[in-house]
Amino acid sequence: MIGEDDVRYVAKLARLRLERGEVERMTGELAKILGHIDKMSELDTADVPPTAHVLDVVNVMRPDKVRPGISREEALRNAPAVSSDSFRVPRMS
Amino acid sequence: MTALDPLRLTAKVAKRLLVDGRVSSAELAKVYLDQIAAVEPRVQAFILVTYDNAAKYSTKVDREMQAMRGPLAGLPIAIKDNMVTEGVVTTCASRILRNYMPIYTATAVRQVWDDHVVMLGKTNMDEFAMGSSTENSSFQITRNPWDLATVPGGSSGGSAAAVAAGEALWALGSDTGGSIRQPAALCGVVGMKPTYGAVSRYGLIAFASSLDQIGPLARSVYDCALLLQHIVGRDPMDSTSVDLPEPIALPDAQRLDGLRVGIPPEYMAAGIEPGVRARFDETVARIEELGGVCREISLPHTEYALPAYYIIAPAEASANLARFDGVRYGFRAEGATDLLDMYERTRGEGFGPEVKRRIMIGTYALSAGYYDAYYGRAQRVRTLVRRDFERAFAEVDLIASPTSPTVAFAAGSRTGDPLAMYMCDVCTIPANLAGLPAISIPCGLSDGLPVGFQLIGPAFSENRILQAAHALEGAIGFEPAPAFRDSRQLGAAVEAQ
Repeated sequence: MIGEDDVRYVAKLARLRLERGEVERMTGELAKILGHIDKMSELDTADVPPTAHVLDVVNVMRPDKVRPGISREEALRNAPAVSSDSFRVPRMS
Repeated sequence: MTALDPLRLTAKVAKRLLVDGRVSSAELAKVYLDQIAAVEPRVQAFILVTYDNAAKYSTKVDREMQAMRGPLAGLPIAIKDNMVTEGVVTTCASRILRNYMPIYTATAVRQVWDDHVVMLGKTNMDEFAMGSSTENSSFQITRNPWDLATVPGGSSGGSAAAVAAGEALWALGSDTGGSIRQPAALCGVVGMKPTYGAVSRYGLIAFASSLDQIGPLARSVYDCALLLQHIVGRDPMDSTSVDLPEPIALPDAQRLDGLRVGIPPEYMAAGIEPGVRARFDETVARIEELGGVCREISLPHTEYALPAYYIIAPAEASANLARFDGVRYGFRAEGATDLLDMYERTRGEGFGPEVKRRIMIGTYALSAGYYDAYYGRAQRVRTLVRRDFERAFAEVDLIASPTSPTVAFAAGSRTGDPLAMYMCDVCTIPANLAGLPAISIPCGLSDGLPVGFQLIGPAFSENRILQAAHALEGAIGFEPAPAFRDSRQLGAAVEAQ
């Protein structure tokens, strides 16, 4: 059963800041959703191979040729903060 | 110019009027822009209406008719706002992308642009396509044109409502667990999810990459086929895209002689409303009148599809949405003390509640100690769901079910209960897990609201589905007549008396 400590830990992994009320509400909602999902454990899947992809497509290759990419100016156009042709971010602690 | 009714006009007819010179592309665009002006304040299907582009480009198509010809030239279209459009803001209905200006265009959109369609605007949706009512949009609530008190379905609710309200001739949507078919059903239009890989996902802002597919919403099966023809095919920019074994044909079938249609009892167990069930049974009877043969067929793992989907889709989403970190594009939260704090605040403030919920489920399901119990098991269940379909399609040509267990429900009635909202997609999710093509067509009304009829086929059976749906559509004779009524006001008026 998922608890508030689990929710805080997972939020940390997901880089999501949750407010105090959100942790509480999320814990209840996730418990209910995961409770429904646990229905899967009724099935014996030990001998069933997993499906990662529905098409029989493997190793799609293309020639390794140099092609034009996006310019630095285009890459920075949507950035919230830019400094001397780079993405600007707050300091790392 | 002939008087045109945007609630009834199809692309097939519009094209003929254009070719015969009875209407110009600019006049056609104006029909929709006028309808948008008239009903959009009530329906709110669009996040952005590109008035100037539509007026200018349609005029250009008229002027340069010789150079800009083609099967779609001059026909107006609406695009779901999770497909990137160069130079036109693309938000995915999320605060985190509120001002995002793409520097490239999604392949599916590029293909219709290259065919000289006229873009009317970008349609509303559930944030990052996560939802079944379009109520998860960060910006506005879209209303169902049949009853403004109800939801249009989702996540492509803006595209479906725009087509139903006559604000667009047709539209592009995307379908991860039913996001084209369910809103098409609730709004009384046709919507098709192609086989996984049939349409390039390049430029479709990713939700769950192994499930997402772009597809058409339109007023007829023929129009769906016409639009689909122009967006399918392998794209070097999407290594999971493939060429179809045969080109999409424009449907002309009137009969269903010899067509074997399976009816899975497991889909009927999932809380189907009596009114939906009644329209479904009538439509099954019509299949037999047209020469088809209906029989029960079992898909025993159906009840496990929804739980598997709600691990696989959130798991893929949690990885795909890691890119929204306030560094390269989109919203960045103020007041962060350091980089990690900036990430957490940006994502905490930028994403809405449902997106956060899915990121949390996905991250949990992929985290150490839970991977095998959740993600690993869900992928094995996905295999069982695929095998159910493989066995069934050894005996029948198509499978039929209701698209949605209910008709359009009241806005706000399910937002407090995520699991109740997830149940909207119980009939549509299995086709996504198995990568199969499926269509929803309107099959009548229940309580004055449209009911959707779903046909699912084997991989790459688009033509079979389109032919069957076309014949059935002719027999049903559904009348698109959204009244723009508001049952809340009706209710209030009755109470006031």
